[in-house]
Amino acid sequence: MNTDRGRFGKYGGQYVPETLMNNLHELEKAYHHYANDADFQHELKGLLTNYAGRPSLLYYAEKMTKDLGGAKIYLKREDLNHTGSHKINNVLGQVMLAKKMGKTRVIAETGAGQHGVATATAATLMGLECEIFMGKEDTERQALNVFRMELLGAKVNSVTSGTQTLKDAVNETMREWVSRVSDTHYVLGSVMGPHPFPLIVRDFQKIIGTEIKEQILNAEGKLPDAVIACIGGGSNAIGAFYEFINDSAVRLIGCEAAGLGTDTPNNAATMATGSVGIFHGMKSYFCQDEYGQIAPVHSISAGLDYPGVGPEHAHLKDINRAEYIPVTDAEAVSAFEYLSRTEGIIPAIESAHAVACARKIAKTMEQNQVIVINLSGRGDKDVAAIARYKGVDIDE
Amino acid sequence: MNKITKAFENKKVFIAFITGGDPDIETSEKLIIAMAEAGVDIIEIGIPFSDPVAEGLVIQQADERALKNGCTVDKLFAMVKRVREKVEIPLLFMGYINPIFVYGKERFMEKCRECGIAGVIVPDLPYEERDELSDVCAEYGITQISMVAPTSDNRAERIAKEAEGFIYCVSSLGVTGMRGEINTNIGEMIARIKSISPTPCAIGFGISTPEQAKEMAAISDGVIIGSAIVKLIAENGRECVAPVKDFVARIADAIN
Repeated sequence: MNTDRGRFGKYGGQYVPETLMNNLHELEKAYHHYANDADFQHELKGLLTNYAGRPSLLYYAEKMTKDLGGAKIYLKREDLNHTGSHKINNVLGQVMLAKKMGKTRVIAETGAGQHGVATATAATLMGLECEIFMGKEDTERQALNVFRMELLGAKVNSVTSGTQTLKDAVNETMREWVSRVSDTHYVLGSVMGPHPFPLIVRDFQKIIGTEIKEQILNAEGKLPDAVIACIGGGSNAIGAFYEFINDSAVRLIGCEAAGLGTDTPNNAATMATGSVGIFHGMKSYFCQDEYGQIAPVHSISAGLDYPGVGPEHAHLKDINRAEYIPVTDAEAVSAFEYLSRTEGIIPAIESAHAVACARKIAKTMEQNQVIVINLSGRGDKDVAAIARYKGVDIDE
Repeated sequence: MNKITKAFENKKVFIAFITGGDPDIETSEKLIIAMAEAGVDIIEIGIPFSDPVAEGLVIQQADERALKNGCTVDKLFAMVKRVREKVEIPLLFMGYINPIFVYGKERFMEKCRECGIAGVIVPDLPYEERDELSDVCAEYGITQISMVAPTSDNRAERIAKEAEGFIYCVSSLGVTGMRGEINTNIGEMIARIKSISPTPCAIGFGISTPEQAKEMAAISDGVIIGSAIVKLIAENGRECVAPVKDFVARIADAIN
């Protein structure tokens, strides 16, 4: 795919203040150097294997398959990675890169807290100072992850501007980066933001799809018919999809957060309800009004509660290579409970959006067809919030 | 000669910023007239944005107030058209790329020309992405102002060579807002740009007192003040016109 000047078709780019430009160029140069550096790759592979626990399992969800009575369902168990989600794949790579670049401090935004926890973990491991920016609303619905980050030695800043969620956390992390750029690397958590981030994060996440392909060929002797992933910014989705982009028979399905429904303003379904714009350093799809003001979005999932989407996904949508479908809060909560009860696996509420989609399409497919769901994270962090959603009075 | 560059002839220039529609459109209109009377040479009208990533808290809150009070680009165009009948000095829009892009670049610049906007400053459109607007700006005769930052280093030359109107020299790292001290080596940066380009250089970010303005004007062609003015607007609401007029008059005095 053409990534000249960071473009995926017409999407992507580097729409940031001048102050950051030299730093982005420096990052791009360093990234291309280390992407081809055998020692760097060897060290990263060591960490992924011995610290993060890769490769993650590809698990045949037999009970779910039988219950739905259609396609065979496999779960890619990114939830079993150290720190509980796919975020660690990107973070280990980026923090290593930051260290090689001579940076002594990393900063990051976080929504659900998974990326913040992963960044705090990698920073501690590699001896870098770490500060996390998290919307105030998210610090409340994901209180346990705040304490977890602090336990790991990170400073957590509660962001009170705007809608106090992921978008505002990104704003504040960018403001912090502009203020202190020479010793600090911004560990962006998704395939979004200015070039080269969408490229770097995708490259560190594509291991998910590479492993899926090898594992499914071993298990089934053929490629899957569909790969399903939840999508906010889109890092776990692109990670799962990338290896299959040229396998045109494989359906790639991204599940975005429809919140209370795409017919209400309370959703974060960027592809379904958004339009093309330029924000957070990239040209892509955004939820916005007729004057280009970014819309306040809603999702039960803090990790998908973002008004934009990564530029490569915008391109994959335009060329009809991937499908993006909205999944509501109610469907996600139902899938959260369903997977817990059928397979004994509590998924992250983000990943539950992908499970919800699989529940719908599996029964429309033949029994010899195969679906892989990217189970991007585990749901321990969501248990209290789901209880509250169900009306159970519970303290974390 | 470019109308904006012409403002720099034979004097140090004072560029004042307000967020359009803060606290409301009527007050913005009065402020522009009062500031022009008080000796401001160029006025930047900020287009309020939901997510002003390059702004400090003072201007973030101004954007919030303006949007809450119903400010839109269309209302700003109408206001500029009215104010143009009373004010001669160049008026610029300072705005993020998304509101311009979504409005329609062509339609936006056409309206700018129609109501008498001389130029635009787009803080999230660096040199590499200039092309997003350069053709359409040229078509409608709207000057696209370039920014140079303390981290620009080798980029400064490329940026300065293509700059029009004036070069917006960012005094320090970080977002907009008042600073006690400006401690980057701004003088050296200006001198280097001046050796490359005849386009005037104005310094912005962090300037809030007549003393700072005088000091910065001495090493450049002009100063840009935003947050200090916006703070007065925040403190005085609709009664802000007199205190702002008094403040900008003192700055105008100090630099020449």
